[in-house]
Amino acid sequence: MTSLDSKTQIVVVGNGMVGHHFVEQLHQSDANVEITVLCGESRLAYDRVYLSSFFSGASADDLALTTPAQYAEWGVNVVTNALVTDIDRDNNKVTTSEGQVFSYDKLVLATGSYPFVPPIPGNDQEHCLVYRTIDDLLAIEASAAVSKVGVVVGGGLLGLEAANALKQAGLDTHVVEFAPQLMAVQLDQAGGNVLKDKIEALGVTVHTQKATQTIEAGDTCRYKMVFADGTALETDMILFSAGIRPSDQLGRKSALTLGERGGIIIDNHCVTSDPNIYAVGECALWDNKIFGLVAPGYTMARTAVSHITGGDAEFAGADMSTKLKLMGVEVGSIGDAHERTEGALSYTYLNQPEGVYKKLVVDSEQKLVLGAVLVGDTSDYDTLLQYALNSIELPEHPESLILPSSDAAPALGADALPDTASICSCLNVTKGDIVSAIEGGCCSVGDVKGETKASTGCGGCAALLKNVVDSELEKRGVEVSKAICEHFNHTRQELFHIVKVNGIRTFDELLEQHGEGLGCEICKPAVGSILASVYNDYILKASHLPLQDTNDIYLGNMQKDGTYSVVPRVPGGEITPEKLILLGEVAKEYNLYTKITGGQRIDLFGARVEQLPDIWEKLVAGGFETGHAYAKALRTVKSCVGSTWCRYGVQDSVGTAIDLENRYKGLRAPHKIKFAVSGCTRECAEAQSKDIGVIATEQGWNLYVCGNGGMKPRHADLFATDLDTETLIKYIDRVLMFYVKTADRLQRTSVWMDNLEGGLAYLQDVVVNDVLGINEELEAQMDAVVDAYQCEWKTTIKDPESRKRFRQFVNSSASDTNIQFVSERGQVRPATEAEKVAGKDQFIPVSMV
Amino acid sequence: MTAAQNVIALEQAVQWHLVCETNDLVTNSGVCALVDSQQVALFCLKIKGETQVFAISNYDPIGKANVLYRGLLGSIGGAPVVASPLYKEHYFLETGLCKEHDDVFVTAYPVKVEGEKVFVGI
Ligand code: SRM
Ligand SMILES: Cc1cc2nc3c(=O)[nH]c(=O)nc-3n(C[C@H](O)[C@H](O)[C@H](O)COP(=O)(O)OP(=O)(O)OC[C@H]3O[C@@H](n4cnc5c(N)ncnc54)[C@H](O)[C@@H]3O)c2cc1C
Ligand code: SF4
Ligand code: FES
Repeated sequence: MTSLDSKTQIVVVGNGMVGHHFVEQLHQSDANVEITVLCGESRLAYDRVYLSSFFSGASADDLALTTPAQYAEWGVNVVTNALVTDIDRDNNKVTTSEGQVFSYDKLVLATGSYPFVPPIPGNDQEHCLVYRTIDDLLAIEASAAVSKVGVVVGGGLLGLEAANALKQAGLDTHVVEFAPQLMAVQLDQAGGNVLKDKIEALGVTVHTQKATQTIEAGDTCRYKMVFADGTALETDMILFSAGIRPSDQLGRKSALTLGERGGIIIDNHCVTSDPNIYAVGECALWDNKIFGLVAPGYTMARTAVSHITGGDAEFAGADMSTKLKLMGVEVGSIGDAHERTEGALSYTYLNQPEGVYKKLVVDSEQKLVLGAVLVGDTSDYDTLLQYALNSIELPEHPESLILPSSDAAPALGADALPDTASICSCLNVTKGDIVSAIEGGCCSVGDVKGETKASTGCGGCAALLKNVVDSELEKRGVEVSKAICEHFNHTRQELFHIVKVNGIRTFDELLEQHGEGLGCEICKPAVGSILASVYNDYILKASHLPLQDTNDIYLGNMQKDGTYSVVPRVPGGEITPEKLILLGEVAKEYNLYTKITGGQRIDLFGARVEQLPDIWEKLVAGGFETGHAYAKALRTVKSCVGSTWCRYGVQDSVGTAIDLENRYKGLRAPHKIKFAVSGCTRECAEAQSKDIGVIATEQGWNLYVCGNGGMKPRHADLFATDLDTETLIKYIDRVLMFYVKTADRLQRTSVWMDNLEGGLAYLQDVVVNDVLGINEELEAQMDAVVDAYQCEWKTTIKDPESRKRFRQFVNSSASDTNIQFVSERGQVRPATEAEKVAGKDQFIPVSMV
Repeated sequence: MTAAQNVIALEQAVQWHLVCETNDLVTNSGVCALVDSQQVALFCLKIKGETQVFAISNYDPIGKANVLYRGLLGSIGGAPVVASPLYKEHYFLETGLCKEHDDVFVTAYPVKVEGEKVFVGI
């Protein structure tokens, strides 16, 4: 028994997501307890839900949910690599594999689960792996690096995530599933089929109804999997994702009551068969169910904290609905997806060409939503889930909820939700909680997040949370701010309008009349770009200079070590041998790293700020102009060789690319703009991935708009066909100027199009049919910008005052000694911090020019 | 031109170095001076018609490069800041504190302007 004056000793076994949530909640309860955490892994709790983001660049630190420092601040004792091996229930003690012993008053088991590996002969070889921990990921990464083909065994939710990871690692990826369909727990057969088609279209091969019998040595790959039906599949690595099993070994050893198929049995307070021992998360069995999601685990953790601190919260099961994106395919499953409820009826919608499947399951009276399956389009998920969770009565035609937006579709606005509606199931936040946070003074999504913690778990509720917050704020007369930053209470579009209508020519004028404070790195470049789009003055004019990002001021892109890159324009990618030689000579003289870019030109890296004017002087003298690689402006117009040389070319794509590049060079825009011109339908210039794409036809040119190849690729839309060159240019003028006028700051044309009300048809109406009556103005504006073009480098090197800007020091001609290079593959590269510490002898001397 | 206010009290404690003349500064932008092998970023701000000069270390402790003088100037809640050109953290010009990270700061130096001459105290 605990004596009165000593703190209650709480020992937590396992520091996964749920174990950590328990510690955090108990700490916040201010109970008089001493918490000891025994963590089986080498690291403290991390976000397993986002585990896969490790493969897209997240580090272990990014995934961490806490740090040793935070636990120390909370007064929580924590031991890592402490695998608990025994519980001595008679004496309230636990022992770790290292032999350490800890006493407890209350013990909390949060040991989670482990991946099930089917008992197939050969499943224990070196490249047979699982997917659960960061260490597993490191092993997968290492194995993928020496493999060409990868197989995931198991086509459930985690299996498909694992397949995505292998795909991203560049492997030829296969999924082998025992059942006749993918995601059999969440989806019905029809939904599974649509998902399979979509995933195969992404290049992953799916094999259903395959039972693996042995894993043998392969002929063409490392291994060969032999299936029960006699077929076989060769692979270099195998990832098992065939389900999870509760980590209940400790319970078994210490004779706690377990379920028939495993799992430590708990009651509604999360207490096990021993009143001093709790179990929470994936190791716990409640009502004969294991909950393999984080939200129910969090609820269990809060329930256990409540019970320990004398509260009366009870665990009452959890909703297992899920919405996720697997390899870019949206999938949602709500409630009774399999129509198991007696008398259940369903509505289905199947759109095979677009790969969309939706099923709505309702009760026999067609009053309530029982469940739903969504594949390929989950935009109805939030609404359907709210219907299901809050027993909201269905509208007259329930099918309208899943049919593509017919006018009849009654949207369930945030307003229609009752206060009890659960908005964030991970953190258990209702609409009522959000309303009271707003009444308590929160006036933004950020505030509400901070106050209620809503949307800080899986993040699936972010859109719904924003809807509720915005609608509640609007109800209270708060205008939801679309202001660009704290200095201007206007959107970029509004500022553009103000500048134009009032003829404002400087930032200071605009700030004085329409803003406050001194400005910042958001509004200054945005206004700089607006002024440039409207007037196209010399960008480094004294009044404009302070508006520019460092890249625009120094007319080069700053690199990680503070040096700059030099990117001369090479219109259309066409370059003479003389110019190539000059680039080589300049690079050699200044010892610059030289690389062909992805934009068909040549980038010279590692120029110190004080070298830039001299370098550009030589380049300009040789006929080069700035390539605007630093600017939110036209970058490149890629071309293919076209009809001049290519036996298939039907038009002169190089000539047109050069003309277009020369016409639009220097045009400042909300974001960078890229073009490409292909000489025939084979599309070697990849024009359909560009902001403006032009493809030659027998009759003229097809124009594509608003494509993107970067962070979120978007196929360009076919805007007009068989244009003559004059009309082509006219249309491009109008499209670009309309974009410049109306887009948001840092919005590429692709995102602009996705947000443009009316979409492509509207843009065609504006540009081709002139519905707004602004085409003349758009063209005049473009002509003015084209006429005002100047090469910024040419202007800069001629002006001694501007050249002064490129001194490293105002009072010395020394160079920055922190910039150091080492040699790699015959060229320079920046020295790493470690190399700098290791010693200077290995450095390449910097040329002193 | 007047120097930043907090400087006067410090005048006794520091050693003043003449670094440049006022026409070497660029209004609403930065330049860099080498003082005793220290790189000092100098910023000249026009605030409500009055010009003030600030000095902080030029080394960006997060980007690990000598670049702060090339950052954009602005204000946060009225206090003047520079945004690092590398990863855009904000440093308050008066104190050198980093807005985004509690435990990161750069040295802020006192500045005084006498006639055309600009001095930094180190
Ligand atoms: C040099 C180059 C890589 C190379 O070695 O090939 C490059 C380098 C950079 N890219 Fe890029 N991109 C380069 C071609 C591309 C391409 C391919 C292309 O243009 O055909 C793309 C995808 C196409 C597209 O933009 O749709 C590309 C998509 C991006 C993005 C993502 C943009 C997006 O909206 O998704 C960024 C980030 C941004 O702009 O915000 C970016 C940003 C950058 C920055 C500016 C990052 C930075 O701030 O330091 C890099 C600076 C380069 C420098 O110092 O000169 N770079 N970048 C290529 C220069 C092309 C040129 O000649 O100007
Ligand atoms: C790739 C992946 C994606 C997922 N995606 C989602 C999702 O999108 N949405 C969702 O809701 N859920 C998702 N999950 C599930 C979610 O991660 C789990 O529900 C959650 O992590 C369970 O938490 P837990 O604390 O019970 O178990 P765990 O996080 O597994 O933690 C248990 C910890 O206990 C330790 N341990 C075990 N035995 C001992 C012992 N004897 N002594 C000491 N320590 C021990 C283990 O090493 C482990 O660190 C995903 C899981 C994975 C693997
Ligand atoms: S992809 Fe572009 S931005 Fe990213 S590292 Fe390469 S060059 Fe830089
Ligand atoms: S539902 Fe997971 S964070 Fe809100």
